[in-house]
Amino acid sequence: MIQNYLILSVILFSLGILGVISRRNVFTVFMSIELMLNAANLSFIAFSRLHESMDGQVLALLVMAVAAAEAALALAVVILLHKHKGKLDTNVFSLLKG
Amino acid sequence: MEHTATYLGLIPLFPLIGALVIGLLHMLTCRKNPLSEMLYGALACIGPVLSFFLALVVFYHLKGLPADERMLTHNAYIWFAVGDLHVNMGFLADPLSSLMLLFVTFIGSLIHIYSIGYMAKDKNFGKFFAYMNLFLGSMLILVLGGGPVVMFVGWEGVGLCSYLLISYYSEDTDNVLAGNKAFIVNRIGDLGFVLGMSVLFWAIGAGGFDYLSLKANAHSLTPAIGVAVCLLLFVGACGKSAQIPLYVWLPDAMAGPTPVSALIHAATMVTAGVYMVARFSFIYAHFPSAGMVVAWVGILTALLAAIFGMFQKDIKKILAYSTVSQLGYMFAAVGVTAYSAGIFHVFTHAFFKALLFLGAGSVIYALHHQQDIWKMGGLKDKMPRTYWTMLIGALALSGVPPFSGFFSKDEILFSALANGHTGIWFIGVLVAGMTAYYTFRMIFLVFHGKPRDQQAFDHAHEPPAVMTIPLVILAVGAAFAGVLNLPAIFGGSLNVSHWLAPSVVEHHPHVSVWLELLAMLASIGVVAVGIYIAFKKFAEGAEEPVFTGFAKVGYNKFYVDEIYNALFVQTYKGFGSVISRFLEPNVTDSHVRFTSWLYQKAGNAFKALQVGYVRIYAIYMVIGLSLMSLFLSQSIN
Repeated sequence: MIQNYLILSVILFSLGILGVISRRNVFTVFMSIELMLNAANLSFIAFSRLHESMDGQVLALLVMAVAAAEAALALAVVILLHKHKGKLDTNVFSLLKG
Repeated sequence: MEHTATYLGLIPLFPLIGALVIGLLHMLTCRKNPLSEMLYGALACIGPVLSFFLALVVFYHLKGLPADERMLTHNAYIWFAVGDLHVNMGFLADPLSSLMLLFVTFIGSLIHIYSIGYMAKDKNFGKFFAYMNLFLGSMLILVLGGGPVVMFVGWEGVGLCSYLLISYYSEDTDNVLAGNKAFIVNRIGDLGFVLGMSVLFWAIGAGGFDYLSLKANAHSLTPAIGVAVCLLLFVGACGKSAQIPLYVWLPDAMAGPTPVSALIHAATMVTAGVYMVARFSFIYAHFPSAGMVVAWVGILTALLAAIFGMFQKDIKKILAYSTVSQLGYMFAAVGVTAYSAGIFHVFTHAFFKALLFLGAGSVIYALHHQQDIWKMGGLKDKMPRTYWTMLIGALALSGVPPFSGFFSKDEILFSALANGHTGIWFIGVLVAGMTAYYTFRMIFLVFHGKPRDQQAFDHAHEPPAVMTIPLVILAVGAAFAGVLNLPAIFGGSLNVSHWLAPSVVEHHPHVSVWLELLAMLASIGVVAVGIYIAFKKFAEGAEEPVFTGFAKVGYNKFYVDEIYNALFVQTYKGFGSVISRFLEPNVTDSHVRFTSWLYQKAGNAFKALQVGYVRIYAIYMVIGLSLMSLFLSQSIN
């Protein structure tokens, strides 16, 4: 049974990675990151059920709290980026090009 | 048996603190609002004077002890300890160092006071006194040091300060070059000192590396190593005390202000070499062959410098060569194991040479920096106090009885004769005559006859009291210091020799009173002849001669400077330019350049990976993590 949950988790995580790599809109990239976090949460909870222990669920709750905090920060950064360049295209922000 | 005395550490500390305070004050205020000269002068004199009083305390403390217990030590802290080598910041006051302390601090203080007058209106007044205090402090470390390593600290300190003070008028390139010369020549000597110290440590250092332990272990030195140690240490002494072949820096050291010359020649620096040999008398006394080298180098230096001195026309150069010559006497004395005679000559010489230099400084000051004796003359009535004090100094330097120089010089010559070194005695007597000649040549040309430069003569005047009072005090010393070591033949009891006896290893040979008297009469006769010739030639006014033949060679100092320049300086420069032109670009630099080139190319290659897009970095991360996961899963299975 556990395999099904894990396969779903891997699919979600891969979608997230794909989103981060392929999309250029800052918001989409941000949402993809959230998707990856929740894929990880899913496997935590699955394992928690398998081992009949609460540790995984605690960790999942922790990840959610961190994600919420991170969302607040990230949105602030996004607003600043928009103020700076007037665009939300990640290709515009490439100052570190060697 | 030794006693401890914690106040020993304070003696060098006072001038060093003075140097620090004055130096900082000068640094902070010289740009905007310079402090008054009186403040600097007062600050500068406090340190030396306090040290002098402490030196008196040391002297009386030692005097109160029985003769074989006259040793005060103080170990301030352990400086460093590596393997067998334990070096304390230790100080040792015994009869030898206490005598040195007394006159170094006394004459040093007088020179400081005199400098307040001489250096007035100098724009770096504070800097000058900071250096002077540092100089004196270093010399006191050298004298008080309880072992060779601490002595070396002072040894290097005086070397540094002499450099700073000789090139004090640094606007003029010649002065800077003279400072460089002093520093470099001293460095050559220092190498000998360091090597000597290392060999000494290697041989007998394991039992402790201070004078007292070394003295106890000195008997286990083998002859070869002992002679090597003596000669290497003597190379150091040659550098510091201006002996052949390293004497060339001292006459050039005249580039500094005159009080500096007085300090270098009388109280600090050049006496260090003689002191060092006397300090190591427990080694030198065992190896008479090394002592012979010291004695002959000394007496030949005395002769050579006296020849040069006879032809010079710069008043300070004459005095400089006379110092080199007198130092030669001192080395002759310590070479024939007459350590107390050598140290006693250091002591009397300090008085009359400081006196002569400060007197010369007064003349130069009065004539607005004229130093050529062929442009002086007739100053006797214009500057009576300078004249009379300098005359006393000249009589003492020439060795006319009963002035101090007579007793110390005669003691040296007599020791040489009594120990059977007739050659050294003969040259010594000859040099005594030459010394009398060139000293009185200077006195007659400067003070007698008619003025040669009327305009400068009209403006000449006696310098202020702050300068003449030290002259008078020194004149009293120069006249009567000899009484301290009155030989038995005059009803005295050689007080200084007895005082020094516990510190130095020497034996007095017994010879007949007639020989002593004969030797004395011979040197008095030669001195009288020297003065008489000078009187005949120069007292009634003489014109500057054109030097030809030997005199010309003598005036040019046998072209030694030129020979050294061609032989060593130019060779070294050529060597340097070969290295800079061929070795450096082709061998050392090429490696460095290749490395930097390699990193540049590598950087350019890797630059392509840094595209600046966040998502590309995310791809790198994914690839990296995937590879890591793959590797981990492989290794688990």
